[in-house]
Amino acid sequence: MNKPAEVVIVGAGIVGAACALELSSEGLRVLVIDEGFPSAGTTGAAMGHIVVMDDSEAQFAITRYSQILWDDMRDQFPTSVEFDPCGTLWVAADEEEMREVRRKFSYYRERGVNVEILDSQQVRDAEPRLRAPLAGGLSVPGDSVVYPPCAAEFLLQKARALGARVIQGQPVTAIGKGAARLADGTVFAAGFIINAAGQSAPKLSPGINIKPRKGHLVITDRYPNFLHHQVVELGYLKSAHTLTADSVAFNVQPRKTGQILIGSSRQYGAENSAVEESILSRMLQRAFEYMPDLNFLSAIRVWTGYRPATPDKLPLIGPSPQDPSVLVAAGHEGLGITTSLATAKLICAQILGQRPAIPIQPYLPSRQMAAEAHV
Amino acid sequence: MDSVRHLRFDVAVVGAGPAGIAAALAAADSGRTVGLIDDNPVAGGQIWRAAYNSARPSASSIWFDRLNKSAVQIVRGARVFHAAQGELAAESDDSAIQISYGKLILATGARELFLPFPGWTLPNVMGAGGLQALVKSGLDISGKRIVIAGTGPLLLAVAAYVRKCGAKVIGICEQTSRSRMARFGLKMMLVAGKAAEALRLAYDLRGIPHWTDCWPVAAFGNRRVETVRISRRGQTSEIECDYLACGFHLIPNVELPRMCGCRLREDFVQVDKYQQTAVPGIFCAGEPTGIGGLELALVEGEIAGYAATNWEDRAKHLFAKRARYQKAVRILQDAFPLRPELKNLARPDTLICRCEDVPHERLREYNSWRAAKLHARCGMGPCQGRVCAPAAEFLFGWQIDSVRPPLFPVRCSSLAAIPAQSAPRN
Amino acid sequence: MSESVSVRVNGRLVTVRAGATVAVAVLASGATCRASVTGQPRSPLCGMGTCFECRVAINGEPQRRSCQVLCEANMEIEANG
Repeated sequence: MNKPAEVVIVGAGIVGAACALELSSEGLRVLVIDEGFPSAGTTGAAMGHIVVMDDSEAQFAITRYSQILWDDMRDQFPTSVEFDPCGTLWVAADEEEMREVRRKFSYYRERGVNVEILDSQQVRDAEPRLRAPLAGGLSVPGDSVVYPPCAAEFLLQKARALGARVIQGQPVTAIGKGAARLADGTVFAAGFIINAAGQSAPKLSPGINIKPRKGHLVITDRYPNFLHHQVVELGYLKSAHTLTADSVAFNVQPRKTGQILIGSSRQYGAENSAVEESILSRMLQRAFEYMPDLNFLSAIRVWTGYRPATPDKLPLIGPSPQDPSVLVAAGHEGLGITTSLATAKLICAQILGQRPAIPIQPYLPSRQMAAEAHV
Repeated sequence: MDSVRHLRFDVAVVGAGPAGIAAALAAADSGRTVGLIDDNPVAGGQIWRAAYNSARPSASSIWFDRLNKSAVQIVRGARVFHAAQGELAAESDDSAIQISYGKLILATGARELFLPFPGWTLPNVMGAGGLQALVKSGLDISGKRIVIAGTGPLLLAVAAYVRKCGAKVIGICEQTSRSRMARFGLKMMLVAGKAAEALRLAYDLRGIPHWTDCWPVAAFGNRRVETVRISRRGQTSEIECDYLACGFHLIPNVELPRMCGCRLREDFVQVDKYQQTAVPGIFCAGEPTGIGGLELALVEGEIAGYAATNWEDRAKHLFAKRARYQKAVRILQDAFPLRPELKNLARPDTLICRCEDVPHERLREYNSWRAAKLHARCGMGPCQGRVCAPAAEFLFGWQIDSVRPPLFPVRCSSLAAIPAQSAPRN
Repeated sequence: MSESVSVRVNGRLVTVRAGATVAVAVLASGATCRASVTGQPRSPLCGMGTCFECRVAINGEPQRRSCQVLCEANMEIEANG
């Protein structure tokens, strides 16, 4: 007979899986409940990059912390996880973007991240398929890429081996007061409930502000040696910044299979998950501007996904102000894969009453929910 | 980006097999502009694939003559990969193609169901229709030893054809039972009026062993098939061969109809008596509406062509003929159900997904096609699940997921060329 | 129009009848079309452009479905099976 769980985690995506592993490693009894199958949500659509970002100190802190955690695990990954330490190349099209390159260089250097400025020739040497001339770029060798569904599966399997239970195909309709309730009326009591329900997180914790940002991705057939790094245009940051307009930005990634993943797009208020030809076309044409040879690659699949976005672009990690037994772990926008492991550490530290490795203040849900105290 | 060709037709027909050709010709009778779009370099589909080494079968040559003399514009080597309101996006070797249409007739035909068994991925293990297609495309099989296996009348047609091309057909392995086979033969002769055809076929196949309750259990060989092991009434035996042609039924190509918003019933496109689908202005004819063979495809095509050009009277005249040929559909469906033993042929290490080399044991870990696809990558290769999804459906009972563009892998430039103004159908 | 056409498969000259497809030329040369992702030799299965097992490089362009391409004089075909 199973002893009751001490922690119930709602959602078996990358964040839920990471939390399951971390908590199980600390000896806690964990139950993970997913409404479908693991990674059926955003994790299944994600690009899988593991990147440091410098939008804010808080964003840097969590991405850097998490990236180190991914690196620490790399020797454990089976091939299905497709861990690839290919690094990122941020490319600058003009002098204005080169100034941004230099700013990022200083920023990362000061904080101990290995970076290098590349000039126009060096960028093309690093990625011969890039069109000339580009102004230059920033190389971040420590960044990597994984295949998200299998990465999440790996974390979940390790958690299971440590005693975690996973229930699939059961939507959770309500959480709070130390319990999670299923649609069929079953109630699981636990000291803590973690809301890692991705797009459904606001339904379970009313008052949190997470909005879906739709994105399109294209994957090609296998072209080994076409691409060596993840390549991103600096304009990506402008795209990630806009809160209302639909935008596209050049972002390509090599997969271990030799396939090329082409992105990216960001849309607010998209009504359904259907592929939208106009955005797809814009996204591809933007990619062709940087890498003309992409024109000739065979595109096998196109899909969409929803990034769960918060207004300040930081995730929600911490207790719900309405109910301290509920911990929110959601709203990671396009950095869910990257920051999943750090999220799990921060959640675990809070549950065990330990000091978190990085300051937790910027990610607390109370920053959002305090503002909505009268809801 | 590639150049983009823009074409406009009153009636666009997708698929230049018998149904599409008949539809295009019927539509052209009205004087409207008709485009016939096909992904092969030469029109004909599967059953009328041009056999370079002999004249076309006389039945088809009449149709091809009419086609060549007609005003139908044949768009060859064009693969349709996207559909939206009033528009198709297609790709050829050198350009993207935008096709605007007033009415659309879908005649996308069918493909074979392949059931995995150990060794099925060896070179020279092909579909039954697959071998026939390659022989018609120039493959020389004179003197080659061929085992034909699977189910259905296609096996007989293929056996007769390859024998005419000089191959030695060692035997035909039909998984259905002897009694079902006999009933099928009788019904086709008496009910569907195919006595002459049946007798000719029997003559063409004289001397070739035809084994019922028989199926392949494994293929062996070093870099190509050399031996096939068959099971027959509980006994296995091994046959040396150069080719194993193996096909279990036909699967309708309903991907484009689905993308167009057509409704399906039991995996086939639902049409009314005028061959019109649930979407006004879109018609469907041939195998996607029900596997029924050549004559049915022709008459359905004609009805669709007349109906699409508002010539209901001519269409109505063909209803009785169609009803006669539809009897064959039901007889076929009853005669060759796939037996449960076929679900157990695959071993744990037998590949199910050939594009990504995913074995059976890897798929067994999951409860749904979507979960298996995401984690094990089956169906994520260029065939987009056309080979493995139907096999997985048969083996595991999984529902296969919905259609997304592109319907076929296409160059990124073609994908980018889809017009911005078209709204997606679903 | 000539009765036959010559192409090169992996550098070897192969002559097939006019109208034959590249897939046939590859098979006639004794080669297999492609190597699967785990290195197994593969050749055409469906013969009609849906299985993708017949992919070869034609005149430098990779991932072409050879069962749907007609042989043209002096084509260079790489079949890596």
